Formats: sequence, C-alpha cells, structure tokens
Amino acid sequence: MFVQMAWRNIWRNPRRTTVILIAVVIGVWSMIFLGALMRGMVDGMIKNGISTLTGHIQIHHEGYRKDPVIDNSMLDVDKLDAVLTEVLPEGAKYAKRIRVNTIASNARHSAGLTLVGIEPEKEKGISFIGEGVVEGRLLKPDEKRGIIIGKALLDKFETKIGRKLLIMTQDTQNEIASKSFKIVGVFRAEMEATEKNFVFISLKSAKKLVKLNDGISEVSISLAERGMEGEVAEKLNAQLGSTGLKAETWKELIPMLRAYLEIFDGFMYIWYLVVFTAMGFGIVNTTLMAVFERMREFGLLKALGMKPSWILRGVLTESLFLLVLGAFLGNVLGFIFTYATAQTGIDLSALAAGAEAWGLSRTLIPVVVLKDVFMANFMVVVLGMVVSAYPAVKAARFTPVEAMMMN
Amino acid sequence: MNIVQVKEVKKTYIQGKVEVYALRGVSLDIKKGGFAALAGPSGSGKTTLLNIIGGLDLPDSGDVAVDGSSFSGMSQADLAKMRLNKIGFVFQAYNLIPVLSAVENVEFVMLLQGLDKVERRQRAKDVLDDVGLEGKYDRRPAELSGGQQQRVAVARAIVSNPSIVLADEPTANLDSKTGNGLLEMMKEMNEKKSVTFIFSTHDDMVMDYARRLVQIRDGEIADDIVK
Repeated sequence: MFVQMAWRNIWRNPRRTTVILIAVVIGVWSMIFLGALMRGMVDGMIKNGISTLTGHIQIHHEGYRKDPVIDNSMLDVDKLDAVLTEVLPEGAKYAKRIRVNTIASNARHSAGLTLVGIEPEKEKGISFIGEGVVEGRLLKPDEKRGIIIGKALLDKFETKIGRKLLIMTQDTQNEIASKSFKIVGVFRAEMEATEKNFVFISLKSAKKLVKLNDGISEVSISLAERGMEGEVAEKLNAQLGSTGLKAETWKELIPMLRAYLEIFDGFMYIWYLVVFTAMGFGIVNTTLMAVFERMREFGLLKALGMKPSWILRGVLTESLFLLVLGAFLGNVLGFIFTYATAQTGIDLSALAAGAEAWGLSRTLIPVVVLKDVFMANFMVVVLGMVVSAYPAVKAARFTPVEAMMMN
Repeated sequence: MNIVQVKEVKKTYIQGKVEVYALRGVSLDIKKGGFAALAGPSGSGKTTLLNIIGGLDLPDSGDVAVDGSSFSGMSQADLAKMRLNKIGFVFQAYNLIPVLSAVENVEFVMLLQGLDKVERRQRAKDVLDDVGLEGKYDRRPAELSGGQQQRVAVARAIVSNPSIVLADEPTANLDSKTGNGLLEMMKEMNEKKSVTFIFSTHDDMVMDYARRLVQIRDGEIADDIVK
C-alpha cells in the first residue's frame, strides 16, 4: 500500500508531475543522445586515425619514428613474418609498406608528399586505401608504373587518370631516385589532407625505386576488434626481442588522440553533472512544493503512528518513481534519436575544413557506449534521490502538531 | 479503572515574543469506557490538553499516562508506537488520506501495525459496515460527504481496538443532522464496545451527548461534571 500511495501521490498534481518528468526526460535524453554524438565524434576520430594507414599496431625499426628515413628500414622480413604468424590472433591482418618522403610533380605543379609502397590486396580491411579507390582501379601486386593519387591532389595538380606523375626521392645509396608513374586510380579519404599528402604505388615498385631489395619501412596490423592492441603489441615486442624492431599501438602512434581520449571521459562526466545540476534544482523545488503542500497530511500520518523514517521513505519512493519513469522515457527517446541519426549520420561536410583539423569524419555517426548510458541513469536516479532527501527529511522532522498547524 | 491519567500538566507556547500559558497545571483522570468532553472557548487549552493526552505534543512539566504507560522520557518514535497501538484519532478536518479509498484509509493503521492483508481488509470492511458505510469501501475521500468522511475517520480510529479515541471537534465541519448522526454512532460504539471517547469541543450537541463534561478555561479545569 505504501508503494500505491507513493504512485497515487505523484499524480495528485498531474501538471507539476508532468513538468518535472519533462525536465528529467530532456536531461536523460540529452545525456544519452548528445553523449552518443560526442562518442561518435571520438569514435570517428579513432577510426580515421586507425584507417589512415596507422592500423591498430605498427612495427618499425626502432629508429624510424624519430627519423623516418629509408636507412631506418626493417631488413629481416622473414623473421618478422614468422613472429607475426605466431603471435597475431585470429582475425588479424597485416600489410607491409615502404614509406618515403618524396616530391611529386607534373608539368604544372609540384608538391612534397609521402610515397607509400603497398601490397594492394592486403590493404583491404587494414587501411582506407584497400577500398578507397573511387575512379580507375586499385594497384596490382606487381604493378611497375601505376600510381594512385588522392582526389584533392588530382584537382590541385589539374591532372587526370592516364596522365603521368614524376616521383623523386632518395634511395638507400643516398642518391636521388626518380621515376615517372602513370595515374591508374584516384582515391577518396575521410580527410582532404590525406588525399593531398599521400600517393600509393606497389610495394614491389617502391622497393625498386629506393633500392631496398627485401626491406620495408613498416608493418601495419589490423585486429578483429579494438581493445586487444595493447596485449598483442606486448606479445610482439616480447618475440621481437633484440631484433631492433618495435611494435607500437595506435595510442602510441597518435599521442594527441590518446590524450584527447583520456580527458574525454572527464569532460563527459562534468557535462553530465552540469545537466544534472540544472535538473536537480527542479527536482528539489518540485519535491519541496509537494512536501509543504501536504505538511498537514504528514502530521496526520504521524498522529496515526507513522514513524518519521516511514515518512522519509514515502517521499523518497515518490521521487524514485518520478526519476525512474523520467529516466526510462529519456532512455527510450535518447535511443530513438540515436537510432534514427545513426541510419544516415549527420553530414558535417559543410564544416569539413574545421572538422578536419580535429581529425573528424565527414559524417558523424552516434555511438552508444553502455558505460555512458549507465552513468547517465546512475547520476539522474542516484543523485536525484540524494537531492530529494532534503525535502524528505524536512517532511519527516516536523512533530505531528507542528505539521498539522501548517497549511 | 483510569485509562487516562493526567498529573499537573503545564504547557506554554511562545507566540512572537509573548509567552502564552496554554495549560497551568491540569490534573485529570478518565475512566475506561468513558464518554467525556473537554469543553471551552477558543484558546482555553482544550485542544492542547487533547494533543498531550494523545502524545502528539509533550508537556513542559507534569506527566500523562494512557493505559498505564507514562509518556515521560518517551522518544518521538516511542510516542508514535504508543499512538499507533493505544490511541485512535478523529480530527476536525483533513482527516483522511486523500489518495486512499475508504477501506484503505481504515486499513492504514493496521498496515502500520503489521497485520496481514487479508485480515486487515476484512476487519476494515466490518468496521465500515458498523459505521454505516456498506458498499462505499472503494470511494476516495473526495467522493464522500463530510459526514461520511468523519464516519470513515471513526472507523479508522476504532478498528485496531485502541485504549482511547480522541476526537478534536469532530462535528465542527458538519451540519447538525449529520453531526447528530455521527455522535449517535460514537455513543453506540461506546456503549456496545466500551470504546473510551474523549472529545475536545465547543459544540453544545457534543456536550449534551457527553456523560462527563470537563470545562477548561484559561488553561485550567474550571468545572468537572459527571452526568
């Protein structure tokens, strides 16, 4: 009957209950939906970071990251293959690459960019280039003269498929190496900067250009799911031992992203707290009004022999109903909005220039993280109960005579 | 046997900066099965005395005992327990819990006492039948007349067989016919079930019904008439 009483009490003033329910619903909805958008933004940044040639893990010569020159290449590829075969879990893929800084030019333009020699068929599922060709074709494994360039570079160089592009770099003998390639494909990437700064040739062709024979610059590894990379990198490093090679995760390879991720959770919770604080005042205000309106009734209940603790429990039960109902509706609404938005995503192309600086995708797809949903509900319900305790204690503390003399 | 014993009870209130003497050393015994009225004009101290007998308020000095249990030294929780088990209340207004039906209002005290649902529902219906509210079990207070609401309040007050029932101006909001009917019913309860009733009133009709009339004036007993 106490539960029935609490439920009926909250509907004694339907307008007031509706108003506070709307406040809770909007609060929870915003925490879930906007939280999902923020998570989606970060998720997009991570996915971009990983798919833009980084992968979940990379292996380099230990000097390569400080000085990414051809001299810091990995030469014992057979040993590396053996370690990778032994350590990588099921579902993992890897691809070898050669990366060198280069100058690309045609009759009208020239630009400094990164030349990447790839194993084209292996890049699928590892980096965007595996499926990023939108015009022309992907490279063949033994492609000798073909090159793939980004759409933005194509436009900048005022060129097209079938035309030539001259590549000039430094080979392992510290000599200038240059070769003319024919544009066979054009790729699109999430970020325009990627389209402007990378060109791709086959690994075989790159080896020949820089005279690296069997050496490579990096191995990029893609795992079946994100989150295992730390453990796998650790195992790889244990196996690589003193070979002079080092496996690093994307968090080490893109430290800015890691730092952003680390402070992002803090931002989310501070934001939740701000939303809750606004909502909390509404909850306290409504509960106080409901309590003071019924003070005489509390006096009656006490006169009948109800203990103060039961009055406290009754008021808190009413708050719990409001909070749980509001949170439930807020969750439903939040999930509906998130689901609807996830179907097409939010097109950020109008903000492409600004968004790119942060590594954001052109399309923002919201991502629901259970921890965030739990935290939003926990904050609303538990902190809501905590702030409701103030009016509840007030109701419980008056003596029956004091309470019945009110109103 | 005295069911209520009041000894030298004093009570003062502070109103603004003025100290008001509500009770100036009142002593009073009420016998089991009594039907007594505390009468007097507004501000005489009759409601204060009734509240102190009911354990709703505590005296500054003196002692009150109901059914042999003294209130001295009792905590608010002890007093609540005492009220729950030994005292029934009928107030002038705002008497019922508005979100509960008539039968739930009557059940409420038994719920606090921890009785099981089937027993308390049956007893509540029986008592509602006794006070003439057959078939109105599920009506909310707002759907009952003032007289019917007071009957529900009386049913709630007597359902758990308390030692005494305290009624604070129970007829004040009722017309004379309804008030008369309510008093007849309470008199019948008193005579048939030996329920002890103590009223606080300035209604002549209540005073006529009372078998003992205690006149309070300026916080003191001015007259005590046993009819």
